[in-house]
Amino acid sequence: MAMTEIGKSVRRLDYEIKVTGKAQYLGDMQVPGMCHGKILRSPLPHARIKNIDASKALKVPGVVAVITRDDIVSDEGIEPYYGPVFKDQTIVAVEKVRHVGDPVAAVAASTVDAADEALRLIDVDYEELPAVLNVQEAVRPGATLVHESVRIPESGFADLAELKPVEGTNICTHFRLNRGDIEKGFAESDLVFEDTFTLPATQHCFLETHACIASVDPGGRITVWATTQNPFVVRTQLSNIFKVPVSKVRVVVPYLGGGYGGKVYPKIEPITVALALKARLPVRVLLSREEVFYTITKHGAAIRMKTGVKKDGTLVARECEIYLDTGAYAEIGPRVAKKSGYTAAGPYRIPNLKIDSYSVYTNKPPAGAFRGFGVSQSAWAVESQMDIVAAALKIDPLHIRLKNGYREGDRFVTEETLRSVGLQQCVEEVAKSIGWEDKKFKSAKVHGEKSDAVKRGKGLACMIKATITPSISCAVVKLNEDSSLSIYTGTIEMGQGSETVLAQIAGEELGIPLEKIQVLGVDTDVVPYDLTTSSSRSTFHMGKAVQLAAQDIKQQLKQTVVKEYGVPDDQVRFAGGKILLPETALDYADAMFKRFGMRGGTLVGDGQVKTSVKDEYGEKSTSAFWFVAAGAAEVEVDSETGQIKLLKYATAVDVGKALHPLGCRQQLSGGAITGIGQAMFEEIAYDNGQLINPNLVDYVLPSLADMPPVIEPISVEIPHKDGPFGAKGIGESALIPVAPAIANAVFDAVGVRIKDLPIKAEKIYLALEAAKAEP
Amino acid sequence: MKKAISIRVNGVERAVEVEARTTLLELVRERLGLTGAKLGCDIQVCGTCTLLVNGRPVSACSVLAVDVDGSEVLTIEGLGGQNSLHPLQEAFMRFGALQCGYCTSGFILTAKALLDEFPKPSDEQIRAYLAGNFCRCGCYQEIVQAIQDMARA
Repeated sequence: MAMTEIGKSVRRLDYEIKVTGKAQYLGDMQVPGMCHGKILRSPLPHARIKNIDASKALKVPGVVAVITRDDIVSDEGIEPYYGPVFKDQTIVAVEKVRHVGDPVAAVAASTVDAADEALRLIDVDYEELPAVLNVQEAVRPGATLVHESVRIPESGFADLAELKPVEGTNICTHFRLNRGDIEKGFAESDLVFEDTFTLPATQHCFLETHACIASVDPGGRITVWATTQNPFVVRTQLSNIFKVPVSKVRVVVPYLGGGYGGKVYPKIEPITVALALKARLPVRVLLSREEVFYTITKHGAAIRMKTGVKKDGTLVARECEIYLDTGAYAEIGPRVAKKSGYTAAGPYRIPNLKIDSYSVYTNKPPAGAFRGFGVSQSAWAVESQMDIVAAALKIDPLHIRLKNGYREGDRFVTEETLRSVGLQQCVEEVAKSIGWEDKKFKSAKVHGEKSDAVKRGKGLACMIKATITPSISCAVVKLNEDSSLSIYTGTIEMGQGSETVLAQIAGEELGIPLEKIQVLGVDTDVVPYDLTTSSSRSTFHMGKAVQLAAQDIKQQLKQTVVKEYGVPDDQVRFAGGKILLPETALDYADAMFKRFGMRGGTLVGDGQVKTSVKDEYGEKSTSAFWFVAAGAAEVEVDSETGQIKLLKYATAVDVGKALHPLGCRQQLSGGAITGIGQAMFEEIAYDNGQLINPNLVDYVLPSLADMPPVIEPISVEIPHKDGPFGAKGIGESALIPVAPAIANAVFDAVGVRIKDLPIKAEKIYLALEAAKAEP
Repeated sequence: MKKAISIRVNGVERAVEVEARTTLLELVRERLGLTGAKLGCDIQVCGTCTLLVNGRPVSACSVLAVDVDGSEVLTIEGLGGQNSLHPLQEAFMRFGALQCGYCTSGFILTAKALLDEFPKPSDEQIRAYLAGNFCRCGCYQEIVQAIQDMARA
């Protein structure tokens, strides 16, 4: 079948409204009668709250509501405890504050100034407690406990059911993966390598901060406008907290100004609803940049990796301990730790494994999902150590990866079969892109003149990652009486281009041009259920659901012509937006007219995708599809100063099928750029539990001035049988290999190994000095 | 303390009374309803609030409204004609120079100022001029391509 929409870089549906400044983000919206909410936050990392006195705040003119712990624990209509995995969060602090920035109270007032003034007048009497500020301290026997006990919800995520907090410790969860015989594996190895790799907490820094407007009807119906990537999860959590059925909670989501994982699960929605409930007025809360840093971070980690290999480079055994700093609340940390554990073997066949991955409570802001979800942590260790092994064995880093890397039909560490994994192709593509075999590169002038102190190097890295499984995506497609189409889904457009791709899929299936297709905004009252816009899952899952819904429409059109025109079922075909009968071709509008007897009516197509932990052959399925990618970096390092310059970065991702090639390139180079930030610049700095850089001056983001002259995104297409037109998810893939690829290139250039992110000039300089001092 | 000021916004004369501490960004977003410019960092480094004042890019989050009294202000809403887009807006769409769109109005206005000042900018000039605008989705390469294309036109 000739494709009309698929594979074309059509103009994105959200573009015109965005380049004209007309797109409405949450901070641009107002609701009549709305007042302004502000949050009072803890100045201490760990303290018991002895007393809160809000009486003066209430007297500030314009203040309509103040909430403290008294409001949430004494109200029978509120369940104070919530959280996506464990119920360890509260709307405002109840007994203790557990990190700097933990919400203690909140105010709603008619003006922002009045709300600010009221916050200053709330007196909180704290009894400071010892704080645990890193994972090493936190796991020590007898460490101060962040949570004395943790409430477990009655029902939770199916894939996390076996993970529970270890009582009497700060271990939030402990994921284990054992395979083969680890001791035998090390005994059979010719060489054993052991290294520890670390990386700091970082922040998503979406340019749009979290925001929320909440309104509660006198009848108790809750409406929230939220900056969330998963409105249905927020709906469930609000339903549990405020004890109303989900039908009484409406979550509306406008375009997001970026998400990258930092807008999944409830953030400020519970506190905004609590304020609106008490104020009896709509309330808007807009977080400041600083507050975003207190709301969610990416897990910092320490990873000890011990690997046994044969002389020929065959990987035989690996023992690995991963400690992920999940901060004061579990958030989605348990799943991040699980994903890190699953990928501690990397994209490689290793028969003997002993993996222990921990999420650990500390008195720091909570860590949660971040593009790459646990795998950018594990891959930092896996791919750095791969080059350590290659260097010791004098094997080409490209060859050791191709030798051990997964191929089609290999068994993953969970003993399931990998299908549709173009890992080898991705690795070969990036190597080709940077001219891996070009040995003259080190002295060539292709990048301009350089002084003798400046050395050049190249590095590679690759990865495999799972998508959230099981999961659900439902779609509704409406065929209108004029053959135009409306698409209803819960997928959030946060920049990834989902609106356009979903329209392309429906348009392709039904032969309807994009000009006649409208993708509706997300409103949980209107669109059917979707689990989440994250885990690189929307094109694969929601794309398929939309395709199924469009096929459902075709089936209904077919039934109509069979009935109305007396044509045998097997003689009805579809092409070019028409229904082809033996004698004639009908427009959809003609069939609709015949069915309804007048110009009007609606055909509603239904599409449902649910993935399971078992595949169709009854085999275990940890992931509905696997995503694989590779990256390659060329760098220049000044061997006197440690100054590093990225000359080129190539990223190759197995996209399955590039439905929108430009969109794929954006996701690939965009992911790579986020990866460059994580690799070379970004780090949340703490001093005794205080964040010392929660702003965009001191927390450095990569800008255009930091970009290499060339970033080459390469789409590898190994189709997946379950994806729409063979497509797979690609949102996170490109980011993951960046940091180790750059570290490996630095090693190639100057022979020093950086094991702690970010890779900064001073670390390279100190490593070079240390290397010189060695005999 | 309130002060009366008059500015031309997108070619329209506006006389308004503002508090001395009202920022230009608050004025255009909250008083004039022009929400294309966004608050991002609030300290003049991220570029999402960029407006052109007398043709020069400024961070409207950190400029007081009273300080632009008598000035000409251009926001993204004033770019292009009644029924047509500015060529930069077209180029940004054609090259895929945006994803979430939150930084876009700032980038387009900064790019306009760049091209007004240097009609044929080098690659280095583009990178240096736009180094004060962050795109967190990572469309930097496409943004440079869109501007290079405009410069060639």
